[in-house]
Amino acid sequence: MDSVNLRTPLYDTHVALGGRMVPFGGWDMPVQYPSGIIAEVRAVRTGAGLFDVSHMGRVYISGPSATAFLDTVLTGSAATLEVGRARYCMICNERGGVIDDTIFYRLQPDSDGNDRYLLIPNAGNRHRVLDWFGLVIGQRFGDRGHPHPSPPPEGEGIKGLGVTIDDQTMQSSLLACQGPAALGMARGLAEDGLDGLRPFAWTNARMCSADVLVGRTGYTGEDGVEILAPASAAPAIWTALTAAGAVPCGLGARDVLRTEAGLPLHGHELDEATTPVEAQLERFVDFSKDFIGRDALAEQRANGAKLTLVGLRMPGRSAPRATYALSVLGFPAGQVTSGCYSPTLDTSLGMGYVFPEYSRPGTVLEMDKRGLVEEITVTALPHYRRPRTARARRRG
Amino acid sequence: MNPNDRSYTREHEWIVIEDADARRALVGITHFAQDQLGDIVYFELPKVGDSVSHLGKMGEVESVKAVSDLYSPVSGEVIEVNAALADRPELTNEDPFGEGWLIRVTMSDASELDTLLSAEEYTAYVAEQH
Repeated sequence: MDSVNLRTPLYDTHVALGGRMVPFGGWDMPVQYPSGIIAEVRAVRTGAGLFDVSHMGRVYISGPSATAFLDTVLTGSAATLEVGRARYCMICNERGGVIDDTIFYRLQPDSDGNDRYLLIPNAGNRHRVLDWFGLVIGQRFGDRGHPHPSPPPEGEGIKGLGVTIDDQTMQSSLLACQGPAALGMARGLAEDGLDGLRPFAWTNARMCSADVLVGRTGYTGEDGVEILAPASAAPAIWTALTAAGAVPCGLGARDVLRTEAGLPLHGHELDEATTPVEAQLERFVDFSKDFIGRDALAEQRANGAKLTLVGLRMPGRSAPRATYALSVLGFPAGQVTSGCYSPTLDTSLGMGYVFPEYSRPGTVLEMDKRGLVEEITVTALPHYRRPRTARARRRG
Repeated sequence: MNPNDRSYTREHEWIVIEDADARRALVGITHFAQDQLGDIVYFELPKVGDSVSHLGKMGEVESVKAVSDLYSPVSGEVIEVNAALADRPELTNEDPFGEGWLIRVTMSDASELDTLLSAEEYTAYVAEQH
């Protein structure tokens, strides 16, 4: 049967490795390889794992008003982000609900001296984000007379007065090499070694005869890099990193790793009805600037949110799962948003939203596990924090 | 790959008769089932003395990714549960037709076996579904 889903430049590589392909966010992606999710999680925590994250978007924003535009749509500041650095933040609607969470990179200015950025939306939100950006540009950046089709045609981009948005997702690839050994492996592959690449920084490099951008970012709770490469170079870089010892990992391991690390996933912990304040992401919101959703978030911050995100933990291997109801003495207390058996901590854990009165670590809740009531304990997030090296500690 | 000595459900369980006179049989899940599940981390199984019913839900299996229902191939009474699975549920990944069995039952109606698939039929069924 022909799939209607998109395929990354590494699709054939995954199939050849025995990856089990599943639909995710409009793409066919490997959920696991034959060694299994638990082995893949262990590889990332102890060595290095390699993920194809080409399903996530690559959206370039440039022009004289690029910085002003991003400071309108992002909760994090673009103006204070230096060239060479990256920042995690949210794209909110007027009510403060999260359209997407994203990492954006400040690139070198273009040949006209205009600011230029790369923004990475989630796979399933790419069209929604482009649609939203087009709307905001139409309303606020002088392109009112030419409302953009939504989503804009692939590769055509959005042009406002002073802002150009160019979706390069289909022309490129994105690989994530994650784990304590990951940076060393990427250094070994880069012609100039990636010296001095700090966390949440990026640099241009050459790998396997291709020009790439390497960011010291990720979504696993480990140190590591994400490599943006031309689509044609992806298989060679993948093969070189696996030859260096990186273990191919699928979406299943990625989900366990990010859950252990307490990192939210849009569609689970975040959606357009949930705010960064509720999700405990206030540190990624810059209230000193004006952005869409700011007033709603400031109001919520002042008056308290109705729900708050917490960690959840229970002994054993039977896991809390998304949508399980939480209660106290039979009264509703909240809902599980993510959960799994954690191979790293050998316990079951997850995340969920609860009413603030039940958010204190140590609070015991009842969880309806498919008709069976079990006790589950509220914990602080993250569940897992990587052991820090002496050097990282000194640096603070 | 699917042993000829046993019968199969469309939900990917197997049953093998151990003692026809005593109507005693062993129940498990297939290689295909464990492969689709991936790493198994937990079984919720009936207890000794519980009744199970023909193609009725008898428990659940959790892998890292998902939860799936388990169905009993026959009606009867549970006389033993594979105790090794409590600590090592991965036995079912490693040896689904042997060490990784789930429960031992006394069948109440051996004619229910006639509704199940043979190894050949099950193999064809899996090939057709996937």
